[in-house]
Parts: sequence; C-alpha cells; structure tokens
Amino acid sequence: MKKKTTRRNFLKGAAAAAAAASLPLSLVEFSWGKQNPQNFTLAYISDSHLTHIKGTEFVRNFDKGLKRAVTECNFMSPKPDFVIYGGDLAQLGKRQELEHGLEIMSRLRHPVKWVIGEHDYYLDLGRFWQDKISKLTYSFDHKGVHFVVLNSILTYDSWMKQWETPEERMGNMARLDNPNGSPFMVGEPQIKWLKKDLAKVDADTPVVVMSHSPLYKIFKPWNFWTDDAEQVQAVLKPFKKVTVLHGHVHQILYNQIGNITFQAMMSTAWPWPYPVSYAQKKSQVPKLTVFMNRADPFAERDATGWSILDLDSGRVTNHYKLWENQDRTLRFDEKLKAPVDTRYQDESSRIPPQTHY
Amino acid sequence: MLHSYILPALKRTGLVVAEAACLLLLASMIQMHAPSPALADEFTKEDLAKWERQFMDVVAEGEKLFHSALGRNTVSCDMCHPNGANTHPETYPKFQKQIGKVVGLREMINWCIQNPLEGDPLDLDSPEMVALEAYIKYERRGVKLAPGKH
Repeated sequence: MKKKTTRRNFLKGAAAAAAAASLPLSLVEFSWGKQNPQNFTLAYISDSHLTHIKGTEFVRNFDKGLKRAVTECNFMSPKPDFVIYGGDLAQLGKRQELEHGLEIMSRLRHPVKWVIGEHDYYLDLGRFWQDKISKLTYSFDHKGVHFVVLNSILTYDSWMKQWETPEERMGNMARLDNPNGSPFMVGEPQIKWLKKDLAKVDADTPVVVMSHSPLYKIFKPWNFWTDDAEQVQAVLKPFKKVTVLHGHVHQILYNQIGNITFQAMMSTAWPWPYPVSYAQKKSQVPKLTVFMNRADPFAERDATGWSILDLDSGRVTNHYKLWENQDRTLRFDEKLKAPVDTRYQDESSRIPPQTHY
Repeated sequence: MLHSYILPALKRTGLVVAEAACLLLLASMIQMHAPSPALADEFTKEDLAKWERQFMDVVAEGEKLFHSALGRNTVSCDMCHPNGANTHPETYPKFQKQIGKVVGLREMINWCIQNPLEGDPLDLDSPEMVALEAYIKYERRGVKLAPGKH
C-alpha cells in the first residue's frame, strides 16, 4: 500500500535529497559507475548477408530478414540505448550490398555501434566500412560498462597474398566449408591495442567485447574459430565480469571459459547447422549449449532472428527473438558462474527439435 | 579338306546333323588355342580402383554443383549446408510434411532448388542430380541408414 504523500513525508524526502545533493561528486560517481553499473537495454542485429543479384535486385529472402529485425527493433519498449550490428551486412562485400544495408539500417530509430564481418571485409579490406560506416577497432564506456569492438576476422598475410583478384579473395573467404580457407585471428597489433585500452579499466568494471567471430575455438573447418583466442582471453583474464558477444555462427551457442561468458547472436538471413552434423570431422561445440530447434526449411524465417540484451549489474541477459519459434532466454547464473537457458538448461526439460544429427 | 571331301560325303549319306557336329569340332579346335572367356563379375583390384575413380569424379562434379548457383538468385546449397551438413540423406525416403507425401532425396533437392534457390527443378535422372546425390552421400559416408526418420 502506497504511503500517502503527507507534508511530513514530503519534507522528509526533501531533506534526504538535499543531503544527497551536498555529497561530494566522486561518491555519486562511485555508486553509478565503478561498483554499480546501471541496468540498461541493447539490441543486437547481425549477419544479414544482403546479396546483390544484378542491377537493383537483391535476394529477397535476406532483405526480408534485416527489414523485419529493423522494424521490430523500432518498436522495442523500453527503447535500447543503442543497437549493435554484429557484422556480415553484405554477402560479397560489394558496394551495392553495403549501401543497400546502410539504407535499410538507416530506418532504425536508435544509434548503432558497428562490428565488421569477413563478408564485409575481404573484398576491399574494410575500406568502404571505414570510410562510410565505422572504425574497425574501438572502445567506449556506457553506464558503467566498458565496451570493446574488435576486428576478429583477420587472417594470415600469406593467405591474403595468393589471390589474383579481390573477388577471388572474397569468394574464398565467403565459402564456409572451403578447404582452401584460412583461420580467423585478432592479430598482434589489436592484442597490443587491447592491452593498452584495458590498462585504464578497473578490474571490477564489467567488460563487454563485441567481435564478429567467436573468440574461442569451436570448429576449424568452418572457421567457427579464432587462432589466437587464448591470447585474447589472457588479456581479458584480470576482469571479474567479461562477456563476449559475437555473430558469425548463425545459431544459438554459448559457453563459459574461466571468467569469460560467450554468447552467439542469430543471423537475420539463414541458420547454420551445428558442427556436430558433419559426420566426417570432430568438433568442440560447447556442452553447455542447449541447441536451437532444428531449422524447418519450409518456414522461410525459421532459425533466424535477433536479440534484445538486458545489461544487469554488468551481466548480459539475452532474449533471442526467434521468428517462427518460441523465444529463448539466456541468463547468467551466479551460482554456476555460467550462462544458462532459463527454460531448457536442465537435461530433463529438453525437447525433440533440439536434437541435431 | 573338310568342305571339299568329308562334308559332301556325309551329305550323300544323308547325315545333315553331322554337318553341325563337324562345325562344332572345328570350333573347338580353334578355341583350344584362344584364351577362355571372362567369368561373370570377377573383377580385379585394378577394376575397383578404376571404378572408384569414376565415382569420385562424379562426387567432384557434385561438389562443384553444390557450391554453385543452381537457381536465379546466386544462392548455393552450401550456404545452408556446409559440407552437405543437415541434409540427412540417410533418412530418405521419408514423409516430408509440407510436400505432403513420402519423397526421396532427389525430390527434396528439387524443392530446395525451386524455393530458397529460386530455380527450375532438375530431371530426377539427370547427370546433375546423380552428381549432387553422390556428393551429398559421400559427405555423409558411414552414417547408418534410417529411412523415414524426421
């Protein structure tokens, strides 16, 4: 029952406010910033793979996915503080594809933080992206959380140099099961940059790292992989709360490695099989992950979607908005010190569509 | 000698059947100096190697098709099915809900070509279809048959 606003209560409240207003500024900062990050909401849209066919024609299926995510994101309540675009806006890095993507994304009514993907990068080595969209590597603070964006889809110089044309290079990186592919990496320069960037960050400050590819090792044949993952993880080790948000895999995937929580985001375009479905090679799909429902090819938007992220005390609660499916939610379990599915994590709660073979 | 003397002599005695017997005898005399015919299905290690190479050539052809635009919108099979994953060839024929009946792998391949790839279906017995099936099954080798499994 709400207390009646009496004159006495009002004066009591006013006195308290006056007392708070007279506090030294550093104490106020202390309660909102370092030890107590605010709770806020973000959105994450990723892997749209807009594909140019010819002229002004793009693959309708993939256009529909991104448009739907943008529309739904515009109707979010509460509004997100910003939207993260997780990479692979284009399919073959073409100017037409990136511009088409920017045109659709411009309909978003919220600010966007951009992460580059390999499908955006390998045609012109990120030139259009850096000119027109965003820096490739950067960091910022938001309501007590330190955010870092890494370009995690770089690879070895020797592989880069062998192609005759940029299109050939892009095509070879675009093919997921390419036997002539090359593993992703963050690379020495960025790792050095990350060390320097995090040197100014307190160990109690929650850190959220956004990269396109997962910063751990899942399945090398499909480049669900970062070659120097351990080195990157080592730089993140001193921090109490670290979350890595990534795209690239087009499936629900989550893991906990030491102090780092990893969460994959869905693609708006199409789903990928879990590596366990390829009978000829072994994979390291995290045992923690409860698989998404097997994609129904007859439902065009099945196993695609986007995410609403709630930042709560520096931990990420991930609400997967799955079209044609029940939504799924990941929450950080403080007892287990790992992310768990709020409905299906227990073995006895699993359902048949979650069995992939 | 046989024709100029013996056969005419036999003919005069009315023994026509003898003509056939003579021909047989002649044939067997010739045969004794020729190699015996190959027995049914006795193949050699070289045969096996040759036939496997021919199969793998078709698998390679199938891999090329699988990774190319088979429809009108540049989309290729491998985009949803890297290494043929999630095609489950071992489960066909099976009831396919939205097609509304039990179908084989090739019908499902055609469904994909017509829908997500926005293309025209291949003839079920075309060399392209055989190649696609060869590749898909080769990438799934070793997995137990499970026809009808959803």
